[in-house]
Amino acid sequence: MRKNNPAVRVLVTALMLLGGIAFILPFLWMVSASFKPEIDVFRYPIEWIPKHWNAYRNYRDVWFGDYPFALYYWNTIKVTAWTTLVSAAVSSMAAYGFSHVDFRGRNALFVLVLATFMVPSASILVPQFLIFRWLHLFDTHLGLVLVGSFSALGTFMLRQFFLGLHPDCLDAARMDGAGHARIFARIAVPLVRPAIATYAILRFIWTWNDYANPLIFLRSDHLATIQLGIQKFASESGVFYSLIMAGTVSAVLPLIAIFVVGQKQVIEGIALGGVKG
Amino acid sequence: MDKRTDKKAGKRRRTRKENWAGYVFVGPMLIGLTVLTVIPTIITLMLSFTDWSFIAGIDRIRFVGFENYSKLFGDRVFRISLQNNLAMLLVVPVQMGIALVLAVIIDRVVYGKSLFKVLFFMPYISSIVAVAIVFQLLFHPSYGPVNRFLAAVGVKKPPLWLADVHYALPSVMIIMAWIGIGFCLIVYLAALQSIPGDLYESAEIDGARAWTRFARITLPLVSPTTFFLLVTGFISSFKSFDIIKVLTEGRPAYATSVITYQLYTTAFEDLKTGYASSIAWFLLGCVLLITLVQLYGQRKWVNY
Repeated sequence: MRKNNPAVRVLVTALMLLGGIAFILPFLWMVSASFKPEIDVFRYPIEWIPKHWNAYRNYRDVWFGDYPFALYYWNTIKVTAWTTLVSAAVSSMAAYGFSHVDFRGRNALFVLVLATFMVPSASILVPQFLIFRWLHLFDTHLGLVLVGSFSALGTFMLRQFFLGLHPDCLDAARMDGAGHARIFARIAVPLVRPAIATYAILRFIWTWNDYANPLIFLRSDHLATIQLGIQKFASESGVFYSLIMAGTVSAVLPLIAIFVVGQKQVIEGIALGGVKG
Repeated sequence: MDKRTDKKAGKRRRTRKENWAGYVFVGPMLIGLTVLTVIPTIITLMLSFTDWSFIAGIDRIRFVGFENYSKLFGDRVFRISLQNNLAMLLVVPVQMGIALVLAVIIDRVVYGKSLFKVLFFMPYISSIVAVAIVFQLLFHPSYGPVNRFLAAVGVKKPPLWLADVHYALPSVMIIMAWIGIGFCLIVYLAALQSIPGDLYESAEIDGARAWTRFARITLPLVSPTTFFLLVTGFISSFKSFDIIKVLTEGRPAYATSVITYQLYTTAFEDLKTGYASSIAWFLLGCVLLITLVQLYGQRKWVNY
């Protein structure tokens, strides 16, 4: 294919870069505001690079001030890590079962799993809430982990990869007398590890960002996750916008970090889910 | 015992073992989904035919037939919320169009593809709560940077954005599009990469111009992706809740209320469990309808 003229490409790249920066201006504003003293936050024209720096005090006040921000953070790390772990484990097991174990009722059960995918989470909030109160899972982190861990999406996505494994290498193991547990742990999982990693990263991002479930299933302040925390912080701390911005930057930062590190996995995971449709 | 029955018994034993192995592997997921999704779906359906508040205790449940559903269509707030949901569907094709144009430029012209992927994808991976708080400040009617800028360039009465009945919903829609563009872009880029380059080459030799190549090669070949994005976009648009809850809480005057938000307030603030359940089933019905259209349309719409 004939490549475009390099001069044109450079020009378009420059224009796109400008557009891209304009696109993330809200983020740049957020970061910049989190570094400023309060009175400079809304100064116009906008000082993108703060004239007066107040970053240290802002972040110190957010993290070690009146709000238990560090606790919210810890709660989020705990819930997110457990959800990611449980979800990856349960989804891989189910994916293996639905692809390489030939048991009775497999197709019917798989259709059932797919059908649950269509139910919007908002539609079942009330009964979930009731069941959780009944099981004493309401207002616990365990309940939140369970809600986030069982989704048909993981089963469906990982099943595609397990199906892609060559049957010969699994059969060879079976000839040698290996049972399903052994084949799963020693052969199948290591082979689809990249796919499991992709799913785990996606699940991590979704759980970290989850707002609706903590809102419904948690009540105690000391259990709140970061998303509840910053919203509470924003609506209660009134006019300290520089602090609010320091809080939102702190909440978004781990995700940006994960995204930059696991960029390839995230993008491939999203693209794969999308293109396969 | 002859050899054949011996073999058969062996096979039966293996089948039973295989069955057990299968149930052990899929068991945890199935139990979880049953308790957390299947049973709640059925309970919601049953509750939607009752007049009940969950704080009142189970013995106070009263069966009212289809009353909740008939009340739904006379409910002004519900009608407004549904209209808002339908208006918000407009976001989907708009963000897809922008994303496709960006994807084509990024795929074919620019240097440093992955930088652009990261830039445009950032809103999608950021938390909606953080995004909503930032936009609340940016679009603040009196001292937000957006209106300060408009005032500076001479706009006499800049809109109040999220606080204005007429501008609130469009403002929310702009933010939703901003969040969603990255997702569509990534998916389109993947689709573009699977189009063989020699198609364009031969089209170019035949003298096809850029626009013709786009309309005759790119568009038809990404049509499955377009269809997928449209359907999933519609579904997630119907399901969106976080952004409304954090950004506007349906204000001003229900101008940004949506079905999920009304469902939430009915269930957890007004504590009308029965009525909320009928809203929940309406929502489920909408999503189901879109999914059925997808299953049916997948074959018809997609044109190679």
